[in-house]
Amino acid sequence: MPIRFEHKPGLVVYLTAGDPSLETTRAIAIEALDAGAEVIELGVPFSDPLADGPVIQRASERAVARGVRLKDVIALAGEIRAARPQAGLIVFSYLNPILRYGMARFADDAAAAGVDGVLATDMIVEEAAEYLKEMTRVRLAPVFLAAPTSPDERLQAIAAHSRGFVYAISRVGITGRQQSLTADARPLVERIRRWTRLPVAVGFGISNAEHVAQVAEFADAAVIGSAIVELVERSTPEAAPGAVARFIKGLRAPQAAPAR
Amino acid sequence: MASVIMPAVPSESRPGRFGIYGGRYVPETLMAALVELEHAYDAAKADAAFQAELGMLLKDYAGRPTPLTFCPRLTEALGGAKIYLKREDLLHTGAHKINNALGQGLLAKRMGKKRIIAETGAGQHGVATATVCALLGLECVVYMGEVDMARQELNVLRMRLLGAEVRGVASGSKTLKDAISEAMRDWVTNVRTTYYLLGSALGAHPYPTMVRDFHRCIGREMKQQILEKEGRLPSAVIACVGGGSNAIGAFYEFLQHREVRLIGVEAGGSGMELGQHAVRFRSGTPGVLQGTFSYVLQDENGQIALTHSVSAGLDYASVGPEHAALHDAGRAEYVSADDHAALDAVVKLARTEGILPALESAHAVAEAMRIAPAMTAHDILVVNLSGRGDKDMGILARELKL
Repeated sequence: MPIRFEHKPGLVVYLTAGDPSLETTRAIAIEALDAGAEVIELGVPFSDPLADGPVIQRASERAVARGVRLKDVIALAGEIRAARPQAGLIVFSYLNPILRYGMARFADDAAAAGVDGVLATDMIVEEAAEYLKEMTRVRLAPVFLAAPTSPDERLQAIAAHSRGFVYAISRVGITGRQQSLTADARPLVERIRRWTRLPVAVGFGISNAEHVAQVAEFADAAVIGSAIVELVERSTPEAAPGAVARFIKGLRAPQAAPAR
Repeated sequence: MASVIMPAVPSESRPGRFGIYGGRYVPETLMAALVELEHAYDAAKADAAFQAELGMLLKDYAGRPTPLTFCPRLTEALGGAKIYLKREDLLHTGAHKINNALGQGLLAKRMGKKRIIAETGAGQHGVATATVCALLGLECVVYMGEVDMARQELNVLRMRLLGAEVRGVASGSKTLKDAISEAMRDWVTNVRTTYYLLGSALGAHPYPTMVRDFHRCIGREMKQQILEKEGRLPSAVIACVGGGSNAIGAFYEFLQHREVRLIGVEAGGSGMELGQHAVRFRSGTPGVLQGTFSYVLQDENGQIALTHSVSAGLDYASVGPEHAALHDAGRAEYVSADDHAALDAVVKLARTEGILPALESAHAVAEAMRIAPAMTAHDILVVNLSGRGDKDMGILARELKL
């Protein structure tokens, strides 16, 4: 499936795969899609998530302890694809699990499972020759991160090599909640648009309807990560899918207060 | 649309690559800072005034050149090769780490950065960084795993006395690896104002090259001193390898002299099982950890393995990328010494020569003790004694029942 954002703004939901279990992640993903999310990012748990804040660190640690593997995340993607053929599906991973799995084998298996794209947190454009070759070969969309600190020449390269969408990091920092959207996000998105017509999604610290409404003013989609992972952490496995669905429905309601 | 920045294949020769190893695998947020650092370092390296200031501090503040000490009683006891020690333990703060901390501290100041962050395992790099920050009037935050804070408490207290803030890290294995991750999270968050003073020949380019360059003085002096004393080069240079900064500094001047064996000693820990040691070149496989492509101890799913060593400074799941390249090229050999061998070496060196080595450096001494007896009196072994053992007195008192 090509990744499309039909709503304004589109919603991308990040889930740490396998926290609290693969079955629960599958149920949450399907409920999230039915509640209006367009793209699911399945986070591959990693032992050393150095770009993540405490919430995703904890979720990742729990999933690693449960033995959740990249292989399991690809299989989970296949199940979500079978259940919701129109959904956008991204595998979000640190590089090492992919390298260990084998870049070509990963590309083959992810594409076969119906994954649309891949975001490798610690893969920058300069190091991406083999990665891009494999992504292109199996028609997976490589999504690169763009940061407020990236100069224009880097944004140009990031835009040129991304497919599907460009992921704009809303602020200088790691993943996690914040009180208000920083002033970094809008100028970054405007700079990215000078180089591409791809949709631009804004992520990191987007946690309520107010943030989503602000993002809608200048970007195509908002990525919600830690806020949902934390909601899952605080819910029972049975209640988590419903809680996430309600939270997502509340994100697009302009007058809605932040879900607590 | 032509792009200025192009993807390149890893085997291509370009800065920051050692064979297929090294490179830059970091969140995009850090890339601008790494490029800025690379340019600032290149400019400083070529600047005679920077080099003169660093040279003056290394000499008058840190105490370079360090002696090359012959060990007559240890040599006699082992009955083979002549053993020399390169005395980095005599440097100010007690280990080689000050060479790099001074170099990068001056660079940070030159770049106008006022806040310095660092990670530390054994605490020697943290102490060196805290020292340099005090000297240069910079703010200093040091990340240290809670396991390491407990076993190297003396160094925690030294850092605090020097005015640094020590932040304990409770995630993962609570050791060096986790301290690096937490330092990188701080850097990603505060990259606009903060200089990350990385303490080993690890991480994303330009760190492995820059840290090596700041420690090249070790091998340079070693070569000159052994030629003065013996009129010939040693049979082997031996150094312990955690991240590998003291080893790469000791090895680098000898790379072209192929008759000199270069022996890196990893931590054999308490056993052969994954999780009981830090022998990356025996059971590690190439992978990416904390910014660089090198040998990594990991499970079959790419999760980073736990490690163990009696020495906090060698207790790390990956190794500097230049060592990975030297390993694959066969130019350097990598062996291991376990916890017991290191403890035995501490006692032996203390009682034959009156020198108390750091537990890290004791791994190199242990390898010299292992191979010297089978060598001839014509052979010369130079051991890089990277640090002194005062910091380890708590562990030594317990392990050796002093």
